[in-house]
Amino acid sequence: MLNPLKCTGCRACEDVCSFAHEGVFNPIDARIKVTTFLEELTFVPSVCLQCEEPYCAEVCPTGALVKDTETGLVKFDANKCIGCKQCVVACPWGSIKMTHSTREIIKCDNCGGDPACIKVCPSKAITYEEVEDVVLAKQHSTAAQYKEIAKSMAKGVNP
Amino acid sequence: MKLGGYQGKILRVNLSTGETKIEPINEEWARLFIGGRGYGTRIMYEEVDPKVDPLSEENKVIIATGPLGGTLAPSSGRVMVITKGALNGAIACSNAGGHFGPALKHAGYDMIIFEGKAKAPVYLWINNGNVEIRDAKHIWGKSVDETDKILRGETHSEAETMAIGPAGEKLSLIANVMFNAHRASGRTGVGAVVGSKNLKGIAVRGNIPIMVADPDKFMEAVYKTRDKLAKDPIASGGLPLYGTDVLVNIINEYGGFPTRNAQDAYMPDANKIGGETLRERNLIRNEGCADCPIACGRVTEIKEGKYKGEHGGGPEYESVWALGAMCGISDLDAVIMANYLCDRYGLDTISAGSTVACAMELYEKGYMPESDSPIKLEFGSGDALVEAIKLMGEQNTPLGKLLAQGSYRLAEHYGHPELSMSSKKQEFPAYDPRAFKGIGLNYATSNRGACHVRGYTIAAEALSKTADRLAYEGKGMLTKIFQDLTAALDSTGTCLFTTFGLGADDLASLYSAAVGVECDGNEFMKLGERIWNLEKLWNLKVGFTRKDDTLPPRILKEPVKTGASKGEIEELDKMLDDYYKVRGWDKNSIPTDEKLKELGIYDLK
Repeated sequence: MLNPLKCTGCRACEDVCSFAHEGVFNPIDARIKVTTFLEELTFVPSVCLQCEEPYCAEVCPTGALVKDTETGLVKFDANKCIGCKQCVVACPWGSIKMTHSTREIIKCDNCGGDPACIKVCPSKAITYEEVEDVVLAKQHSTAAQYKEIAKSMAKGVNP
Repeated sequence: MKLGGYQGKILRVNLSTGETKIEPINEEWARLFIGGRGYGTRIMYEEVDPKVDPLSEENKVIIATGPLGGTLAPSSGRVMVITKGALNGAIACSNAGGHFGPALKHAGYDMIIFEGKAKAPVYLWINNGNVEIRDAKHIWGKSVDETDKILRGETHSEAETMAIGPAGEKLSLIANVMFNAHRASGRTGVGAVVGSKNLKGIAVRGNIPIMVADPDKFMEAVYKTRDKLAKDPIASGGLPLYGTDVLVNIINEYGGFPTRNAQDAYMPDANKIGGETLRERNLIRNEGCADCPIACGRVTEIKEGKYKGEHGGGPEYESVWALGAMCGISDLDAVIMANYLCDRYGLDTISAGSTVACAMELYEKGYMPESDSPIKLEFGSGDALVEAIKLMGEQNTPLGKLLAQGSYRLAEHYGHPELSMSSKKQEFPAYDPRAFKGIGLNYATSNRGACHVRGYTIAAEALSKTADRLAYEGKGMLTKIFQDLTAALDSTGTCLFTTFGLGADDLASLYSAAVGVECDGNEFMKLGERIWNLEKLWNLKVGFTRKDDTLPPRILKEPVKTGASKGEIEELDKMLDDYYKVRGWDKNSIPTDEKLKELGIYDLK
């Protein structure tokens, strides 16, 4: 889960991602991206969201991008890729790109289940969570607010 | 270049001729002085006569990173400005956070040397190794935040920027250099030196990789040090929660919080400007510099009153103290507004606040005629503070011009230099030496004039309480240790705040794995000591002697009136001889031949 409210804009996720995949520090080759809005001092992380109906896989003519129904990941097979870049065009999030050095397609592979970006994120702006847990947490948070409103309304009705 | 961490290239820009040149990093210098502050000082020592006028064409400005910059080493986003300082002529290194440092390395350069003077205002655009000197006439006069926006608009939306504001353009001796619009290389008047060269700023971006010498060993050190910081109560507790302003209540309780131009060291209503109050009233979110796990930076907004809707970065503890406590002001909104204004004009908040405080005392005591000031400079007045900062930033009145030269020139002008709370003409920061004896020794001996981030003895004297704050004994060694450690870590391009949780061994492990040289904690401290002594050699050539290693008479003679340090004065002389001795210097503060030989810099004498 990506939470812009918590992101401090340190971009350690970009550095650790490029290092984990390319062995060097270079944000341009990171699969994850933090966009800084300097006037508002707001920071927004973005990364492949492993779409349920991935456009990238739909447009891929060689089947190099495939939705893995078991893990939920959109998997990329470099051996099948012909570098046509249609996936780059199709992804609405800008989460598929090419390395600037080798011109190969890259995307988030969740580091095989143990993402490096999550390990270094100091503010927990990037977390790995089950959708059900996220939904439950949101329901609880809204309910807690509503409980307070209900309490004050009850006081108004029966002083 | 065989060393890891460095990009191996220095960009030299001659602003007089418009020529740019790429030079290799000198490996021997890198081994002896690391990068950033240390390496930059070595260049200054080689190329600039210490006696030149800081605002003349002969002075140079170096914008430098260190070998850890832009890596995953904790808090490794620092960038340094090294020059002969405008405020006092001492060797100046003023450093800042943000993202400019890593971007400069990704553009292919470890540092930039600016020399000469442009005929008309210019800015520099560095895009992946391509360098262009561009006209900046249309930006001259603009505030720092406007400049940042224009530079990004004219170059690249993701460029990182450096800029001076109107204060630097008009050669205010307390002008700073700003990075990313709100991270400041605040001290020593570096902004005036940049302004004197007609250089408005820099925009930089790039995608050249940064490589380390031993990736496995480096990542092991990265995770180990990040874990240590995550467990440290200051680095992962107080600082991210309340920012550096968390110190207001702590330091005030010790009775070491100078108020009303240091007429006292305890402020009864300090909590109104403390970090807890700031968090409750104004904090929007935390901001982290590059690769920083601490994220002490404040993003704030003024939510009510006459400044409602104003927003920006900060304020930091030192700024809150200078603009607040020193001026006797507990109106947090006025303090925050003054802080935003300083950032926009490009003024050092510490010197600006302390200068307003000095003006208030001159005014209240009648040393400054009322007719000299268009505003009532009374202690405690938030309006007076905000108006005084505007006068200082605009410099369109005689008083504004005077204020912009800092408290020493101001107080001297009115015949009372003793009312400037400065050492080597630079205003001291937010810890009263009468309450923390060691920090006074550090202010007095700091190579760039009074400063807390040359040797932060407060970490031992107030935070970890490993040193008795009122004792004189042992403070020479304590000060030396903090000064040497900081000189080395600055030069690697990491932030001082990592030292709350990390020691010399930890920093050495990061440095050694990144660069690929053998280095343990002792060696790391030796690197710092060498850098400190090189800075000292520069200052000796400028003409600084033992008599300049001093503090304002008020700190040495007037006892604190109230609070936990009531009755205390600072007896500096009790510590100076001891300090020089542990440094291997003679009684006149001159490094002995033996010491210089031990450090391998005897030939530079």
